[in-house]
Amino acid sequence: MQTVEAIKSAESARLTAPDQEHWTEIIEPRTNLLDLRLGDVWRYRDLVMLFVRRDFVSNYKQTILGPIWLFIQPLLTTITFYIIFGRVAKLDTSGLPPFVFYLAGITVWSYFSQSLTAVSTVFVTNAAMFSKVYFPRLTMPLSIVLSNLVRFGIQFGLFLIVWAYYLTTSSALHPNWLLMLTPLLVVLMGLLSLGLGMIFSALTTKYRDLAMLLTFGVQLLMYATPVIIPLANVSPKYRWIMVANPMSAIVETFRYGFLGSGTLNGAYLSYSIVTSFIILFIGIVIFNKVEKSFTDTV
Amino acid sequence: MSNTVIKVENLGKQYRLGEIGTGTLSHDLNRAWARLRGKEDPFAKIGDTNDRTTKGSSDFVWSLKDINFEVRAGEVLGIIGRNGAGKSTLLKILSKVTAPTTGRINIKGRIASLLEVGTGFHPELTGRENIFLNGAILGMTKIEIRNKFDEIVDFSGVERYIDTPVKRYSSGMYVRLAFAVSAFLEPEILIVDEVLAVGDAEFQKKCLGRMKDVSVNDGRTVLFVSHNIAAVRGLCTNGLLLNQGRVESFADISTVLNDYFSTPNDEVDGGREINKNKKDNYFLKWYLQVGDEQRHYCEPRQELSFCFEFVNKVKLNKAEVGFQIRGNDGEIVYGTNSRDRNGLYFELTPGIHKFVFDVRLPIRDGNYEIDVAIAENDTIVDHWISKTRLELLSKEKDTVLSESVTGILRELSHFSKVKTGSL
Repeated sequence: MQTVEAIKSAESARLTAPDQEHWTEIIEPRTNLLDLRLGDVWRYRDLVMLFVRRDFVSNYKQTILGPIWLFIQPLLTTITFYIIFGRVAKLDTSGLPPFVFYLAGITVWSYFSQSLTAVSTVFVTNAAMFSKVYFPRLTMPLSIVLSNLVRFGIQFGLFLIVWAYYLTTSSALHPNWLLMLTPLLVVLMGLLSLGLGMIFSALTTKYRDLAMLLTFGVQLLMYATPVIIPLANVSPKYRWIMVANPMSAIVETFRYGFLGSGTLNGAYLSYSIVTSFIILFIGIVIFNKVEKSFTDTV
Repeated sequence: MSNTVIKVENLGKQYRLGEIGTGTLSHDLNRAWARLRGKEDPFAKIGDTNDRTTKGSSDFVWSLKDINFEVRAGEVLGIIGRNGAGKSTLLKILSKVTAPTTGRINIKGRIASLLEVGTGFHPELTGRENIFLNGAILGMTKIEIRNKFDEIVDFSGVERYIDTPVKRYSSGMYVRLAFAVSAFLEPEILIVDEVLAVGDAEFQKKCLGRMKDVSVNDGRTVLFVSHNIAAVRGLCTNGLLLNQGRVESFADISTVLNDYFSTPNDEVDGGREINKNKKDNYFLKWYLQVGDEQRHYCEPRQELSFCFEFVNKVKLNKAEVGFQIRGNDGEIVYGTNSRDRNGLYFELTPGIHKFVFDVRLPIRDGNYEIDVAIAENDTIVDHWISKTRLELLSKEKDTVLSESVTGILRELSHFSKVKTGSL
């Protein structure tokens, strides 16, 4: 297709050469891959916030418990982990109370995994709207990550309550100044799930199977993240798998800051930062490419 | 600097037919390989024109090909063409919903499209929340929406329900609210596609009025796609006629409409899909006999014969036949029966028959439904509502009045004046 376009655009360039008009917009078959049009997204920032609001309102309207559901989900998962991994399997949690240990991991992880799965199906779930009207498509994944951030905020509140309880009743917790890094970690997770989700979103539009694979894959990925087993407890032979996962350093650092145990490794964290940004960049590029033609394939 | 606001050059859009997903990976690889070698896309050169009545040899069709036209500021361009001519594809490209395969479009100013009103409306949100959401989707900022909020609510006429979730709205209220938001966008270029197919007659009038307002008073450019010929004639200055993905004609609206009427509507055949073994008596097809021609469209007041072909395997003794013409809202525009004008019941021996009604139809432009029935001894033998609609098209405007005040009956009057006394 490229050459056809090349000929065509050469032709039109020749035809339009003398005309020095000021066009505000040019629609062409393909634009520069690096033309990310982030300015457009900024112009539509109100829309992002409205999408976030819509997500939130529509999810909890006509439910009795409303946002309380946000507490139930991590609590039940933590209790399950507590019973299965803590009591039955008796996995080591580096001497920390298992309940708060698991809750810390789950709170962080569920933000990442929920954003990721939601972003990765963004084209398929919004096909009806996307095929009718144009707005910068990036606003949609952005709003998904933000509305999950609100959810995370509430769940983080729950974690803080539990954490405060353990802090006063037990002496196993040693919070330190690293908990100041939490905002950075949260932003990092947001960007990582955004980037990764956008890469997958491009693929799920064409090959629907990937959506199935992804929901399943995210569950598996949790085991390659130190949510259940602390990084230090993984045998050096397999540790590289966890270390290669950019989420690992985020979970470990988060836990280290609040609970005072775990691995803190500057190199691992820097690796996560760099990887997140690379993935985000690739994600945006791919996303921008797909948004132009997805209506024909979805 | 000219005042051209849209300039379309060599625009083309190719679609792949058939099931997406089977073989796409191999095609993708093929494409990538060709690209790597700097060769032409192996699937771009093949492809037929967009004629869906004949089976093409290739899996790829050009839904649009070699489209060139320009639109000047303040112009109202009507885009017309039969179903599948590429109108919607063109609008989709213009509104950036999908990218073209070839060519380019240069645009000056902000484009907003009303491809479908109410996009992004969420049933759980209230009318107020949806106005903001929908407005933002269409490109307005929060402040712009807030400034126009009262006007929007006023125009929609749903003030009382503005804080009720829209899922509790009637479909009419929903559409009104949705259109109201779009109507108060202030883009330099507005794209409108068949929005007028929704809502009741009164609301349609309001919408047409608003569009006219936008183009005449505000001097905005409007691209209008519609099958409603009367509306196109009333609103548009210029026309673009598409046929099978190509520009058939591009000129002032009356020239283009004339071209449109002279292109035969060959997709339409007035036939009936029916299991012929299951029925003893059935209508086969309908058409209008106008001179030597058989067609499914006519001009108002034209002398013509309404013909129905009928097959009966069983003899009918005391038969009568009648048909109705119905408008878009199902209202009966005209009805007649073979026994009118002192006609008698008739006998029908097995065979193929043609029923002919000589009429003239002084009714206004539009699409009408044909509903025909035959009865024996007051019992319906066969009843058929044709999928082919009757199209009424005026070659020229026959009244100075606007459509909203002329009514459905299009009979010309003879005017004269006499002085009958002095004061």
